[in-house]
Amino acid sequence: MHIAVCVKQVPDTTEVKINPETGTLIRAGVPSIINPYDHFALQTAIELKKAHGFRVTVISMGPPQAKSVVQMGLALGADDGVLLSDMAFAGSDTWATSYAIAKAVKKLGKVDIILAGMQAIDGDTAQTGPGVAQQLGIPQVTFCVKIDVDGRKIIARKLIDGGYEVVETRAPALFTMIMPPDYTSKYPAFLDVHASLRKPYHVWSASDIGAENHYLGLKGSPTQVARIYPPPQREKAAMTNGSSQEAVEKILDIMRKEHFIE
Amino acid sequence: MINVSKKCIGCNKCVPVCPFAAVQLIDKKAVINEACTLCGACVQVCPVQAIEITREEGATRDLTGHKGVWVFVELMENHDKTKHSHKIRPVTFELLSIGRKLADELGEELAAVLLTDKNAGFEKELGAYGADKVYLVENPELYEYNTDIFSTAIIALTHKHKPSAMLYGATIMGRDLAPRVASCLYTGLTADCTGLAIKDGLLLQSRPAFGGNIMADILSPKSRPQMSTVRPNVMKLAEPIYGKIAVTVREDIKIDKSLRRVKVLERKLIHDKGSVKIDEARIIVSGGRGMKTKEKFKQLEEICQLLGGVVGASRGAVDMGLKDKAHQVGQSGTTVSPKLYLAFGISGAVQHIVGMKASDIIVAVNKDPNAPIFNVAKHGVVGDAHEIVPKLIEALKKQK
Repeated sequence: MHIAVCVKQVPDTTEVKINPETGTLIRAGVPSIINPYDHFALQTAIELKKAHGFRVTVISMGPPQAKSVVQMGLALGADDGVLLSDMAFAGSDTWATSYAIAKAVKKLGKVDIILAGMQAIDGDTAQTGPGVAQQLGIPQVTFCVKIDVDGRKIIARKLIDGGYEVVETRAPALFTMIMPPDYTSKYPAFLDVHASLRKPYHVWSASDIGAENHYLGLKGSPTQVARIYPPPQREKAAMTNGSSQEAVEKILDIMRKEHFIE
Repeated sequence: MINVSKKCIGCNKCVPVCPFAAVQLIDKKAVINEACTLCGACVQVCPVQAIEITREEGATRDLTGHKGVWVFVELMENHDKTKHSHKIRPVTFELLSIGRKLADELGEELAAVLLTDKNAGFEKELGAYGADKVYLVENPELYEYNTDIFSTAIIALTHKHKPSAMLYGATIMGRDLAPRVASCLYTGLTADCTGLAIKDGLLLQSRPAFGGNIMADILSPKSRPQMSTVRPNVMKLAEPIYGKIAVTVREDIKIDKSLRRVKVLERKLIHDKGSVKIDEARIIVSGGRGMKTKEKFKQLEEICQLLGGVVGASRGAVDMGLKDKAHQVGQSGTTVSPKLYLAFGISGAVQHIVGMKASDIIVAVNKDPNAPIFNVAKHGVVGDAHEIVPKLIEALKKQK
């Protein structure tokens, strides 16, 4: 079996702060990281590789510096890596991104399982995974916390609204992953990073994957960003210090004022 | 393509606003590097209109004849087994409420799309919340949600009736279904919208990005239907008009069994008392590490019962075993946006904040006056949750 894992390089949004005067993002010093959900997908793939001897290809799309997340996949144990990088991809929305990734997966040849993070922390859309599955015409299982493989049969435990399901499907299929609470992310050891530099790594352009240019980038994207602006600022919290009885009175007061209680 | 013209005065306004560090000032002129995603943030701040993004036209598509706003009706299991096995998920009514406004603005009709194995007179409720019409597909294969089956049915209906816009709840189901449909139709889909309006005849979709650090307005001008998933609990619920019944249009759509490529082996729903789910709760009473023990945490449930809310927990509290994962609020848990979020003993790690900061009114109780939770709270109480919680319970009981 051959697993393709889709990863994205993202700014660490937990480090992003807003300049209160200009209302703009302060991105100085904000590190680029592997999207945490993709990191979990990658670890899932590596565990499946260890258990079953599968081949793992890590694939990303982005500017040349996104090589680092592919490299990280290789260092964690993936067999080969692909970065889709071409100015023609710039400005791609989730539709155009799914199109490009699906094209790249086709170029990889026989892929049985595609894993991706549930969403990326910069865009929070959760749309690219299902888009790739649709473009490839394969089933999707989203919001998975666990994957087990038995021959061609794949069992996934997934979140649903208000609970979870255990579902069964057959390869080829795409799964988007969300980490369970007991999960800890692993980082590669120095020696593995060193060894990964000798693993196969390819940069593919739009023409390498046979993508038609009018489906890529801004012109291929059905959605357009009309405007970006800072979110409405919350006022500073009105603070209460005092005895616990005063605190309770204050809480009741707020709830009365907002009509949560009589 | 993005270009900086000679008009650039080197004012440096565009450099800090770029979310991708793609603009540099070289020899007093803005230079855009390959990290650029053409997001347009720089274009907006340029005082001399020196930066220009040019769009080459994609394949032009015929958009004429696309009319009507559609809402996907999401069904959920009904815990009250004496009634029908399914009921309408509340976010559907929020979608109809905003959908009604959009349809009126456009002068078009509002239709609900109902896929079910057995219609239980749902058109009454759908009509009360504003639907003019219900497209009903009744088929035994629709007994439970399945990505391929539901998307195939919606795609077929869309081809037949050509709506101009379609809204889904940004629930797990909606976020599984909508991208599959949008991908097939090659149409624009905007995720997790918190605002919808009509601008020049187009659906203007507002949504947070970058972990809520910025807002973006999104348009899908060149394809139909314009599709959005909409965050639950954000759109104002309209006052239902009972007696206004939607016209039911039965649609006979062939659903082949072989479409069911993913089969459900087991399903477990975690019910709270009153069967309200945390992502739909109007009131959430949430506890963190500061609650310390299971017994103390249980007191929050008592507050919930008195207020009619649902218990939430920070990841810290879940990791300590104070509450199960289904109640976890935050990046690796559930994103919530209730009207009232009461936080006890939660310091406010950023991963928690991103999951609850969309709440209407946040009231936080914490011993540490510098706890980051106070940065998003509307009301902050510096105090010991262990003392305040029991007194609050007493006071609420007296209220009753």
